[in-house]
Amino acid sequence: MQLTLEFGGGLELLCDSVKIHSIDVDLPAEEKKLTMKHLLAWVRSNLIKERPEMFMKGDTVRPGVLVLVNDCDWELSGQLDTTLENKDVVVFISTLHGG
Amino acid sequence: MESNGGVDESTRLLKELQSLKDSKRDIEARISALEGQLRQIQSNQQLNKKASSDCSNGGSEFGHDLTPDMIYRYSRQLLLPSFGVQGQSNLLKSSILVIGAGGLGSPALLYLAACGVGEVSALFIVDFEICRLGMVDHDVVELNNLHRQIIHGEAYIGRSKVESAAAACRSINSTIEIIEHREALRTSNALEIVSKYDIVIDATDNAPSRYLISDCCVLLGKPLVSGAALGLEGQLAVYNYNGGPCYRCLFPTPPPTTACQRCSDSGVLGVVPGVIGCLQALEAIKVASLVGEPLSGRMLLFDALSARIRIVKIRGRSLQCEACGENATMTQENFQHFDYEKFTQSPLSPAPLKLKLLKEDCRISSKEYEEVVKKGDAHVLIDVRPSQHYKIVSLPNSMNVPLASLEDKLPEIESALKSIDNGNAGVYVVCRRGNDSQRAVELLHNKGFVSAKDIVGGLESWARDVDHRFPTY
Ligand SMILES: [Zn+2]
Repeated sequence: MQLTLEFGGGLELLCDSVKIHSIDVDLPAEEKKLTMKHLLAWVRSNLIKERPEMFMKGDTVRPGVLVLVNDCDWELSGQLDTTLENKDVVVFISTLHGG
Repeated sequence: MESNGGVDESTRLLKELQSLKDSKRDIEARISALEGQLRQIQSNQQLNKKASSDCSNGGSEFGHDLTPDMIYRYSRQLLLPSFGVQGQSNLLKSSILVIGAGGLGSPALLYLAACGVGEVSALFIVDFEICRLGMVDHDVVELNNLHRQIIHGEAYIGRSKVESAAAACRSINSTIEIIEHREALRTSNALEIVSKYDIVIDATDNAPSRYLISDCCVLLGKPLVSGAALGLEGQLAVYNYNGGPCYRCLFPTPPPTTACQRCSDSGVLGVVPGVIGCLQALEAIKVASLVGEPLSGRMLLFDALSARIRIVKIRGRSLQCEACGENATMTQENFQHFDYEKFTQSPLSPAPLKLKLLKEDCRISSKEYEEVVKKGDAHVLIDVRPSQHYKIVSLPNSMNVPLASLEDKLPEIESALKSIDNGNAGVYVVCRRGNDSQRAVELLHNKGFVSAKDIVGGLESWARDVDHRFPTY
């Protein structure tokens, strides 16, 4: 399944300072759909190059990270249970505090 | 002799120029304050006259309460069909609190003063950076602020940011009321200050302030226009407005402190907070004048480098929210005792952290290091700052090994030491302020470099105590 992932607010520093990643993820064995839970595990083992604790806490994202599936907060689509479709755009953004 | 005379003469001229500039600035500030008072009186007289004539003929002269001066000053806004007389009248009756007079607050304040917020009531400024807990030099305009904090000028370096911002706003619009709060917003004064305003703009630069301000706005029912910027990115949202979420609904748990970078460490391109600050002014104007669709329930994400603006839909008000949910525990009473610094594990004051990890005999002062250099003692100096810091300025003969890659680069340090024929060469570690250098020395000790010492206070102490011409940033 083809997806576009974007990292922002400093999270791109965890994946070689690359903000936009076009990826191809296989469905997990014996599963019919890809969920955000699967995707997070995939991102953690395939894209995050350093300090994984700056991206995840337990099996979800750390506090202060917003997850947007097709420009929509994942709280509105079921968080970890959100089902992803081909060509979806998933954005991970760390909240900023500077000014 | 002659050249010495020239030096004396230029020193004298510089002094005289400075003192004349100071007097000029004070006089200008007094003139604009008096002009403001005069306009206020005239405007009140006009209103009173109009009010009495309204009573006699049962309606205002033009069907609105704008004076001729106001009509002329704000005419370009009055001409706008979607804003017009009604929008301007609403704006003039509103009051806005801008918390922070830095990179975000600078353009926000300038536009709000110019467009006529609170002509009759007030435009208010609180400078959050003035923190009693912090060091006193954080409450003033510094040279390295000017690239982004465009409300301040060179003449105000060393003076209060609030004073500087207020003078700039008065010079643009002497007819509005500007209130200066030269104090930090704390749980003890926030409710009282915020309650006097209709709308709040969060233009601060740290996590605890953002929670404190949001909770305070929820308790008092004030819309909150929240902006943030760092590096080449910015974020903007309107919270606690029209049934929309508050900051806590979105971020119930604070991020780890390592995720809270500051402009003073990570850098920021001046125009980026400028863009976000302008958008904050715009959203506040929309809320105040009751026009358009404020950015509530949505968030704007700005990426300057790729020229992308993304507007995303965010969650609604959370029923579980501690501040605004159904069983919210945050009351005015609890708010006043809530420890936001403990909650976020980071300080409200921008005073830099001063770690003390090492024993005294594992550290040397910058002056002692100067002796090492002068005596020609064999040593290796490791600078553990990130490479972009190292490129700005560094000490001669130092090797740059950023802290993050120190563990991988130990063989390089090993071979650098071996290349010095004296087997007992010292290892000194330096960074910007003397925190990372201690972390690095701890790591080096654990890896067998037992003689490693750090330079107390880092390059800042070198510049202060040894070489005054050494650049700081
Ligand atoms: Zn809430």
